Parts: sequence; C-alpha cells; structure tokens
Amino acid sequence: MPATPYRLKDCAYGNCKIRRKKMLSRVANTIYWMCRYIERAENVARFISVNLNLLLDMPMEKGNHWEPLVMITGDQKVFEKNYPDYDKKQVIRFLTFDREYPNAIITCLAAARENARSIREIISSDMWEHLNNFYLELSDNCSPDFALSDPHRFFKIIQMRSHLFTGLMDCTMSHGEAWNFARIGMMLERADKTSRILDVKYFMLLPQADLVNTPLDNIQWSAVLKSASALEMFRKRYHRITPRNVADFLIFDEGFPRSMRHCVAKANVCLNRIDGSAPTGPPQNAAEKQLGRLEADLTYTDIDEVIDQGMHEYLDGMQTRLNRVDTTIGTTFFNIKLAANTGVQEQ
Amino acid sequence: MKTFSTYDPEDFYDELIVADGSPRPGARLLVDMIESLPAGDLALRQKAAEALLLKMGITFNVYGREEGTEKIWPFDIIPRIVSADDWQQIESGLKQRIFALNEFIQDIYNAKKILKDKVVPEDLIMTSRTYRPACEGFTPPKGIWCHVTGTDLVRDSDGLIYVLEDNLRCPSGVSYVLENREVLKRTFHQVFEASRVRPVDGYPSKLLEMLEYLVPEHIVSPTIGVLTPGIYNSAYFEHSFLSQQMGVELVEGQDLVVDNGCVHMLTTKGLKRVDVLYRRIDDDFIDPEVFRPDSLLGVKGLIGAYKNGRLALANAPGTGIADDKVIYAYVPAIIKYYTGEDAILPNVPTYICRDDDDRAYVLEHLDQLVVKAANESGGYGMLVGPHATAEERADFAEKIKAEPRNYMAQPTISLSRVPTIVGDRIEGRHVDLRPYVIFGEEIYVQPGGLTRVALPKGSLVVNSSQGGGSKDTWVL
Repeated sequence: MPATPYRLKDCAYGNCKIRRKKMLSRVANTIYWMCRYIERAENVARFISVNLNLLLDMPMEKGNHWEPLVMITGDQKVFEKNYPDYDKKQVIRFLTFDREYPNAIITCLAAARENARSIREIISSDMWEHLNNFYLELSDNCSPDFALSDPHRFFKIIQMRSHLFTGLMDCTMSHGEAWNFARIGMMLERADKTSRILDVKYFMLLPQADLVNTPLDNIQWSAVLKSASALEMFRKRYHRITPRNVADFLIFDEGFPRSMRHCVAKANVCLNRIDGSAPTGPPQNAAEKQLGRLEADLTYTDIDEVIDQGMHEYLDGMQTRLNRVDTTIGTTFFNIKLAANTGVQEQ
Repeated sequence: MKTFSTYDPEDFYDELIVADGSPRPGARLLVDMIESLPAGDLALRQKAAEALLLKMGITFNVYGREEGTEKIWPFDIIPRIVSADDWQQIESGLKQRIFALNEFIQDIYNAKKILKDKVVPEDLIMTSRTYRPACEGFTPPKGIWCHVTGTDLVRDSDGLIYVLEDNLRCPSGVSYVLENREVLKRTFHQVFEASRVRPVDGYPSKLLEMLEYLVPEHIVSPTIGVLTPGIYNSAYFEHSFLSQQMGVELVEGQDLVVDNGCVHMLTTKGLKRVDVLYRRIDDDFIDPEVFRPDSLLGVKGLIGAYKNGRLALANAPGTGIADDKVIYAYVPAIIKYYTGEDAILPNVPTYICRDDDDRAYVLEHLDQLVVKAANESGGYGMLVGPHATAEERADFAEKIKAEPRNYMAQPTISLSRVPTIVGDRIEGRHVDLRPYVIFGEEIYVQPGGLTRVALPKGSLVVNSSQGGGSKDTWVL
C-alpha cells in the first residue's frame, strides 16, 4: 500500500504507525468472564465425571449418589423447584442442558459465546470458531440423548473442547493484557472448582463417617483424583492414596496445574504483568494485595493445619476469599466509570 | 447432469446467461465449470459453503422477533459477474455522484446556494426528518461529509443500470462482501484464478487510511474506533469485523465519556483520548444532549467535541439529508449543478407525492408502482404495488394523502436475475448491487460490492431483513 503524504509527514520512521493500546474496561471484563464461563462449564462436566466414576467403582452401593452434585453447586432450591427427584437423568439434564439454570454447562457456554461475540476483534478467529462450534454442537437436539446414553464419552468431550479452547488461546492470541485478564479469570475459576471437587468427596462421605480408610474410601479418593485429571501426577508424588495426601496434592502442590496454589500463583503472575509490578514488589492496588496475600497463605499453610481446622471449613473459607478477589478485580479494572466521573484519572 | 440446460432466463435480463441459454462472455469459464461437475456436486458445495458460514459465525440479527435473534447469512455460491465495461461506467458514475452529494450537503448546511438558485425546493430540505439544524454553519474535517456510501444499483430488462437509492448514513453489508469472497475462493478456486477477478480485500485498508486522513496533522499516533450500538444491532457482525480488520478499537457508547471537551475511552488504566470514530449509530441516538434525549446508546457531549474539532466522525452527522428518498429524485439536477455534467448513472424515474400531478398519478396507478417512505430503510415502510392486495394498496393511499411529503413512487423495475441454487436445481432470482464508496483523500469504489438476491420465487425485495440473501460479485 503506498504511503500517503499525510502518513510520511507524521511518521519519522517510515511507513508504520504504532498504536499504543490501552484496553477497554468492558473488553477486559468480557474476556475475563468468557474464560470463567468456559472453565466453569468444564468443571461442571468434571463434577459429573466424578460421580460417574464413583458409581462405576461401587456398583453394589445403594443410596442417593446424585444429590451431592447439586448440593455442591449450592442450588438445591432451584433444582427442587423444577425437578421431582435426584436421579441421574434429571441431575444431568439440570446441570448440563437447563437454560434456565445459570450454572448449567449450556448456559455457561452460551454466555461465553455471547461474550466472545462481543470481543471478536480481540480474540483470534480460531478461538471464536472453536467456541462457536462447541456451543452449536452442544445445543444440537441430539445432545441430551448422547449425554444420557454415553455420559462418560459425552462429558469427556466437553472437557477436551474446553482444553482445546485454552490451547488455542495460548497459541493463537498475543499474550498481552487481554490474555492476562483471560488467564486470571480461568485460574480463579479453576481454583474455586478444585476446592469444590474436593468437597464432592466431603459431601459423599459425610453421611458415612464409618467408611473412613476402608477400601471403598480409597476408591472414592482415587475417583476424585481422576476427575481432576490428577491420578497419574499424584502417583508420581505420593505412592499411597490417603485423604491427607490427596488433599495436600490438590490444594498445595506447586507444580500441578489444577492445584489451588498453582492456580492462585499463576493468576497473581498475570495480575502483576497487567500492572507492570515486580513479583516481589509492593502491591499497587487492592486486587494485587488480596491475591498476593492469598498466594502467601497457600505457600505457608500445610495440610496438617487444614485437617486441624476441618477441611470443609478451610475450603469454604478459600471460596469466600476467591470471591472477594473477583469482586476487587472488578472494582479495580472494570468499573472505572465512577472514577472517571469524579475526575480521578491516569494518563 | 446438464445444470444449465433446463435453465430459462425467461423475459428477464440475466447476468450470466443470454436468452438462447449460452453464457455471457465473462461467464463462460464459470458455467463450463459448473456444467462439468458430477451430479449433486454443486449442491454439496453449496452445503459446504453454508457450513463454513455457520462455523465462522457469519450472522446478522433480525428485528421484530425475539430480541437479537441471530441468523446465518443466506448465501448462494453461484457468483454474479460484472463485465469490465459495466464496471467502468459504474465506478465513474459513483465517483461523480458521491462527489456531487458531498458538495450538496456542505452547501445546504452552509451557503445554501442550490436552494437560493431553486434547483432543490427549500421546504423539502427543511421538512426532511434527516435534516439536522445542529449542523448548520459547520464544515467537517477536510470538508468531507459522506465518508462511506453504499449506493443501490439495479439493472432493468432494458439492460441499463440505474441508481435505486443512496445510503449515506450507516450503510452496511461490506463485511459480507469480504466474507463471501473468502468462501467463494475456497469453493470455486480454479475458475476464480482463471477469470482474473478483481480483489475486494483492500477495503479495510482504504477505510483505515480514510479515517487517519481525518485526524489533525499534529496527532502522531491517533486512536481510532468503530462505534457500535452493541451485539443486538443487526449489523453487529460487521462492526466487529471491520474493527478487527483495521486493528482499531470497537467501542460502545458506554465505553466513552466526554471529559475536558474531548472524547475518551474507559480503559483498565484510566482514560484514553479518542481521535476518530467510524460511527455506526444513527444521528438520532449518538448524543442524547443534541438529539434523542432517551438514547442509551450514545455519548453525552459527543457532538460538542465533534463541532469543536476535538473528534472526527465518519459519516458526519447530517448526511442523511442526501438519502431522503424524495431528495433522491433531485440528484441528477444536483450532479448537474455542482459538476456541470450529466449524471453518468441514471435515476429510476420517480414520482414525488408532494407534487400534485405526480401524486394524482401515483394514487391512480398504485397497482403498478413501488411506493417508498422518505426515511425508512431495510425494506420497511414500502409498498410493492403489483404484489400487494387491494386492501394494502388502499391503506397506503391513505398514508400518502395524509403525508404526501413523506412518499415517492417508482415504476416496478423488473430487476435482472442471476442463476441461483434452489433445492437441487438452478432457477433465476432477482438481484441488485450495492457497491461501497469511500471518500477520503480521494474517492475509492470497491470493485464489485454486495449482490443481494431475493430468494423467494418472483420476489423483488432483496433486503436481508426481508428474506434476501447474497452472492459474491466478480468484477472482471
């Protein structure tokens, strides 16, 4: 393209104009939530997989194995209003295909796709096309039948689609501010959901305290690991499956990508990059302060303290703190309109 | 399967096939190629193209149903071919027309010479719903008002090309020209290469150059944005596509504030000044302080910043005056007035209902005419006389009598046709053509433009909101 006289006059270095980008708050918010939604959809698929694995491993067990899944979402009331029983078919339908339910897989994907659609100019076409297809296939009329007739395969596919999305994001999108916000959303959601996967076991176990340390108990713990795709990696670190080891691994392991500590650390790195802060320097805003403190706590707490405190209570506390980080990121980066109107601004 | 052997152009002008069934000169390669395909292959290619569009999420939204209903862009893979000679006439005709319209808009908001010389009646301008008193006495950056125009052209059975209407506000569709081409390159690549089709993908660069041209010279690294009403707008896909192709921001009203007389974006790191907006929000909604106070889409104070030279807008507010469908009737006179030349592209004969004789004729011949409201678009607010019921015609007659200023009428044109895939066969369907014109440092006409096709048999309405589809347009 020939340079116009106007361009030549303007640009001392020839024919390129560098646009110094600043990111729209709305866009940052949208991409952050896009990734949270996808990660959430994947994790709902994981919860269902935990349960499917558990049921396979204890075919003789009687009792209600589908209710805990709804319990960990905290949405029993929503469920009970619309569904008569906690059976497999209804719980799967609720968690996967119920568009009225905000945390159903299909609702999360619809929201992720709507978000992606409004920032298509920011993400890569590969990401958009994949997410668009992912959603379209899930909304196909045949999907519910597939989910019920071959649930293991169905929910595995959902997990894989989500991984593919993450891979595309890493490989086809510049690792700039938008990508860092996307990663923070994904990591916070994942940390939260790992804590909830651990809680599935807690809810399963609660009515049956006498089963602790029985073979059945070990089977259940290994099902939990499988659901976090963690069994092999766990085996390399610990050889024996005990509740203590599993919890230690899923909460504190430094290197395992779904452990809470790992997720929080990665989110923190991305947040520092956005602000241009040194990783060990003082926090520049409330979000950095909260997330940094959370990471430090995860570094300096150990599993014995958690067990002393009570695992469920500990996990519950972590979930609250993660929510608080989420809110603070919102007020720090996404809702700056108030600040603008009161004349507080940076250039 | 002899695909074209059963094809009958009937009494219409067909863009690919002449009356005896043989291809027009430029269409031979394409027709031969389609003929040589194994049975069923063409339908498969059509399906593959549709699947591609779905996968790429190329959609538009339809109003009047559930809010934001997203539809896949209907697309037919048989392209429409425009000969080099036809194109030469179209291109020079459009440059002449857009130049004159720009002069006209500048004149009526400033010196008003053309009104004083009584070439265009003054009351017609002052009663137009798209006249913007807020623009009086204003000259936009570089004197350009209509930066982007999409002018609708049709070919009648006499083979001549006419201007059907001008769209100077926020004409849409150019993104589909680019995406259609992408799909066709994959579908018919051999013919495509052999036919030397003129490329269309320079459009985003031309658009960006034009937007940069509007920036005051001392600003070295301008911030440029496409202003969209958001994802529920019918043309949202296009807004997003253009901003992506140009590498500029896509902003909504909620992303902008006016501070210290300048327009700023709200970013994660505070405010960032914006220099140019390619706005795709109508005048009415762009600034609640100046136009509709109930608008939630716009930005308070935007017009003030614009008029003080702190922001450039494309297209300029106020351009709508030139695409009032009644003022359209005066465009040949406008061209003559500002250029001294006759219009290269003729208008379709037009009856102006505010004119007593014309109105009497229109009311008497409603069954033969197409009647349009002055300021509707997208195929809304019009009557296609020959296809309407007696009751619809009577209703329209009342509307015309009640508000004659607001209506004009044209004879029904028998739009030219292009072979189109209908189920497992090929039938002729009516088309129009919307080329896109960018007015920056010079006037650029994108080769081709959007061919819109009326998919229902016999239909003459090509708007996508009324069930129309599109085709790729090959300029040779």
